Amino acid sequence: MRIEGKGRIDRGTRLSFRFDGTTHKGFAGDTLASALMGGGVRMVARSFKYHRPRGVLTAGSEEPNALVTIGTGAQSDPNIRATTQELFDGLQARSQNNWPSLDFDLLSVNDLAAPFLGAGFYYKTFMWPKAFWERVYEPFIRRAAGLGALSGESNTDTYEKAFAFCDVLIIGGGPAGLMAALAAAQAGADVILCDEDTALGGRLLSEEEEIDGRPAAEWAAEMAAKATAMDNVRVMTRTTVTGAYDQGTYGALERVSHHIPTQDGLPRECFWRIVAGRAVLCAGALERHIAFRDNDRPGVMMASALRAYANRWGVAPGRSVAVFGNNDNAHRTARDLAQAGLHVAALIDSRHDAQNLAGDVPFYAGHQVTRAFGRKGLEAITLRAPDGSESRLQVEGLGLSGGWNPSVHLTCHMNGRPQWQDDIAAFVPTPGAIPGMSVAGAANGVFSTAACLQSGAEAGLEAAKALGKRGDLPAIPEAENAPYRLRRLWAVPGKGRAWLDFQNDVSVKDIKQAATENFRSVEHMKRYTTQGMATDQGKNSNVAALAILADATGRDIPETGTTTFRPPYSPVAIAAMGAGSQGKGFAPERLTTSHAASVEMGAPMIEAGLWYRPSYFPRPGEKTWRQACDREVTMVREAVGVCDVSTLGKIDLQGPDVGAFLDFVYSNTFSTLKPGRVRYGLMLREDGTVMDDGTTARLSDAQWVMTTTTAAAGNVMRHLEWVHQALCPKMDLRFISVTEQWAQFAVAGPKARELLNGLLDQPIEDEIFPFMQCGPVSVMGVAARLFRISFSGEHAYEIAVPSRYGDSLFRTLVARAEALGGGAYGMEALNVLRIEKGHITHAEIHGRTNAFDIGFARMVSAKKDCIGKTMAARPGLTEDREQLVGLRPVGAVKQLTAGAHLFNPTEAAVRENDQGYVTSVGYSPTLGEMRALAFLRDGRDRHGEKVKLVDHLRGIKALCEVTDPVAFDSDGGRLRG
Amino acid sequence: MAELLVKTPCEGLLPVEIGTVRMSEIAPGQITSLAPFRGQGEALSETLKTAHGMAWPAPGRSTGREGARCVWFGREQAMLLGPAPDVGLARYAALTDQSDAWAVVRIEGPLVEAVLARLVPIDLRSVAFKRGHTARTLLQHMSVSITRISENAFQIMAFRSMAGTLVHDLSAAMTAVAARGDIAGAST
Repeated sequence: MRIEGKGRIDRGTRLSFRFDGTTHKGFAGDTLASALMGGGVRMVARSFKYHRPRGVLTAGSEEPNALVTIGTGAQSDPNIRATTQELFDGLQARSQNNWPSLDFDLLSVNDLAAPFLGAGFYYKTFMWPKAFWERVYEPFIRRAAGLGALSGESNTDTYEKAFAFCDVLIIGGGPAGLMAALAAAQAGADVILCDEDTALGGRLLSEEEEIDGRPAAEWAAEMAAKATAMDNVRVMTRTTVTGAYDQGTYGALERVSHHIPTQDGLPRECFWRIVAGRAVLCAGALERHIAFRDNDRPGVMMASALRAYANRWGVAPGRSVAVFGNNDNAHRTARDLAQAGLHVAALIDSRHDAQNLAGDVPFYAGHQVTRAFGRKGLEAITLRAPDGSESRLQVEGLGLSGGWNPSVHLTCHMNGRPQWQDDIAAFVPTPGAIPGMSVAGAANGVFSTAACLQSGAEAGLEAAKALGKRGDLPAIPEAENAPYRLRRLWAVPGKGRAWLDFQNDVSVKDIKQAATENFRSVEHMKRYTTQGMATDQGKNSNVAALAILADATGRDIPETGTTTFRPPYSPVAIAAMGAGSQGKGFAPERLTTSHAASVEMGAPMIEAGLWYRPSYFPRPGEKTWRQACDREVTMVREAVGVCDVSTLGKIDLQGPDVGAFLDFVYSNTFSTLKPGRVRYGLMLREDGTVMDDGTTARLSDAQWVMTTTTAAAGNVMRHLEWVHQALCPKMDLRFISVTEQWAQFAVAGPKARELLNGLLDQPIEDEIFPFMQCGPVSVMGVAARLFRISFSGEHAYEIAVPSRYGDSLFRTLVARAEALGGGAYGMEALNVLRIEKGHITHAEIHGRTNAFDIGFARMVSAKKDCIGKTMAARPGLTEDREQLVGLRPVGAVKQLTAGAHLFNPTEAAVRENDQGYVTSVGYSPTLGEMRALAFLRDGRDRHGEKVKLVDHLRGIKALCEVTDPVAFDSDGGRLRG
Repeated sequence: MAELLVKTPCEGLLPVEIGTVRMSEIAPGQITSLAPFRGQGEALSETLKTAHGMAWPAPGRSTGREGARCVWFGREQAMLLGPAPDVGLARYAALTDQSDAWAVVRIEGPLVEAVLARLVPIDLRSVAFKRGHTARTLLQHMSVSITRISENAFQIMAFRSMAGTLVHDLSAAMTAVAARGDIAGAST
């Protein structure tokens, strides 16, 4: 219900929204929770396990009950706290975890079965039969227990993440945070002030009190305006600092647009990483409740929340209310509600010696509330007098206060533990738990407004001074300075279930049960009962739960200790943390200069690392990739093909010591290479395993260019840097990647030279450009580099031009090739061509093979040392190994598959008999059959033998003949001709 | 014979203007990487001053001005943007032509820092990253070079092959920043 004349909402702006299909009205400034309360809706949710009716418990982000789903379809957001969801016109909200409806929920039958469903029930009950867990029990439990559900559709909302930097980060914008920000900013520090609420002020927005003789909320608004106007203060409202991390880094979630209708391009949330020189935690404190029988009835709520709803939003759960507490602070609720014109039926204080501070309200010192009634909304409570007599009181709302817990969470994110402070019966932060962070105000156990203002100002100034700033303490405004007196009371003894953790349905009985079953450690109790494991992380119940555990196990609270606080402080959408990384945002796309032309030719792209490369170039009439691939292979063997090889790593090396350096990083010798010549090289890792292979050309005396494989370009570059900087820093050479500078194309086939000579300004011939020659050429007036190298085994060249000409040269080369009966070829054909020639790729040099295995042992020069040489000579690396061989099918099955394993024909295809495995396969149109490369135990001595290929995954068995890896043109006549 | 046609790295992608932030391709002229040989750092810097009027940049700094800039690019490495390198430099340093390797983009506007804060993990506030300051860092998932070239303008260099992703990522951040325009308290 609404309270006339109360609240800091804009009664001039009416908003319409829907909850579970029913239209309601609210005002600008309302939260969904306050608007529902204003509309008389008391039950807003069903509980997690027992499906008990639940209402709003708090007025903040710690809310365990009032979780709803906002929005519809793909854009719906589950588990949004109604207490922080700002109302906007057209808002659509749904309740969760009920079937068929919130009002009539069939699964509330669980509540009747409660005697059987207590702590540990699942562990004890669903143990057998074993197979039932996945098929029967788990689906049933998942259906019965839960919170909101995802839509199952791909969410089109945008999220973002961002980085921010400041001198001083103030976490929380209540009285302490406002003064801390002011003090630090006036000292000249660059300040970021974050608060999870929609406005700065913290509790001041919800209290009736004065600062400097004015309403506190007004003072807060003025301070907020002042801070916002300062150049060196950045105010971030709707922003929750969720975690404290190393080196002054803090995670923060900003709710950018949850408070307005969906807008194109506007992110829902932004996940910030804030790096601060110093931080001041002014996160305030959270009120805790008192457990008694059925204390979860809708209408029972925190005392501070009850007065927040009245003071800030002008709403109440009913006309007649009561307050039950163990401390002076609770009296404020009774006072404020009475002044607001509500009927305060009772102020109940469990302390016998308590004095009534609430004015003219019925006061019951030394009394306790033992039970609440009203299944879907509070109707009455039972009051127990000090003499044990009980009476019943009709109320619609009850405010509970068991005291306040400082929000120590962030101080514990780097494994710090809070300390117990007996006079306030609460944990307070351990100083220095987070390097560079101090704590002020209620978060530090200082509860009066005056003390919060003072400690905030001091901490803010101190933080600025620690960074070398200078300033004076700002004037501290006058404010209430009432002492905080309480006597601990966690739970009222009695029958029935007294609820502690509302979100996970954990009662006092469950905690005691855990202790009885010897789950005495607080961490064990937590996991056994699930207390504190829901999305609210037990903000309302942790301290009470461990106090009850301490009592049940006969220990004191400090000895019992707390569980571990971990980030995030409140839930963060995965979408916010992964912002920008959905779909193609997962990784950058690297496109070659020929990309557009290849796409125009209809080539499907495959990913090679970050690069996109054409798989094949389909022509009219070709129905499968195989048809295109076969044609492209034949084209290269019989005419000429063109392929973009720009993705291979290219490294420019210069300096007098390049030769010596290459001798050290390559297994074979390079220092003897003459200018204008190219050599194939093999590079080993330090452990002797093959790292990469490729060609290096010596362009001139002092300039060389190395090529790497596409996949290992980055690794090789890093390796070279490591070797140069760490192993041979005295060598005088410099190197840098030029992969992006050059567009490079393979021109391969018997007509390769004919094609090139049609474009080169000076034609070439065998005498001046034999196999493995390189040199500068001019192509259509552009300075280019030409290399006579071949991966296909054909007479072939690679021509490189500056990338700006790449697109144009590719189109020209392809057009010329097509005129000669050839054309472009893609990765599939390239793969078949190299398999025919027995050339290795990273399918073969996959990180477990050495030079001996691939038949290149003689490439490890005996005349010099190189990286990996010593380690490659270790016992076991040069004998009794799987060695590279070729395979051809000789049985009825002609299909060979990569990944298949090899066995002797007469032996069973089981692990113990394994003889090797297949790394690459392809159909060779040249040879008219499939060919494979494989590693086979002692394979080089077994050419001509038969082996059995077995692919257990695909169900293929094929009899093969072992061959030399080189299946085509084994004397290399074609590439030299 | 027909000519080979030229394509710039960001052809067809830029300029882009979203909200108050504008992104355009810079034609930097020649780009040459300079890396001094052993012990030649000072001689190189002297030659650079004589030939091109700018000193060798310290780590994290750039020298020169629009049209002729020397940008620190890593350990004992800098990029000369603009002029063709003086032949005298080759005595002291490895010179490598990189003119076609980098997409060079200028991004400017009053909210440019807010845009880059969505993608770049380092402190680009003007108090910490002044005009002429430069960094090799990340932009979303890409390795880039970022230089502040004026109060509200940055030069970003990314791999030529990643020009599409560069423009996409920056455009997304520009869109998000522009969309916040009319949200109270969300201008940062």
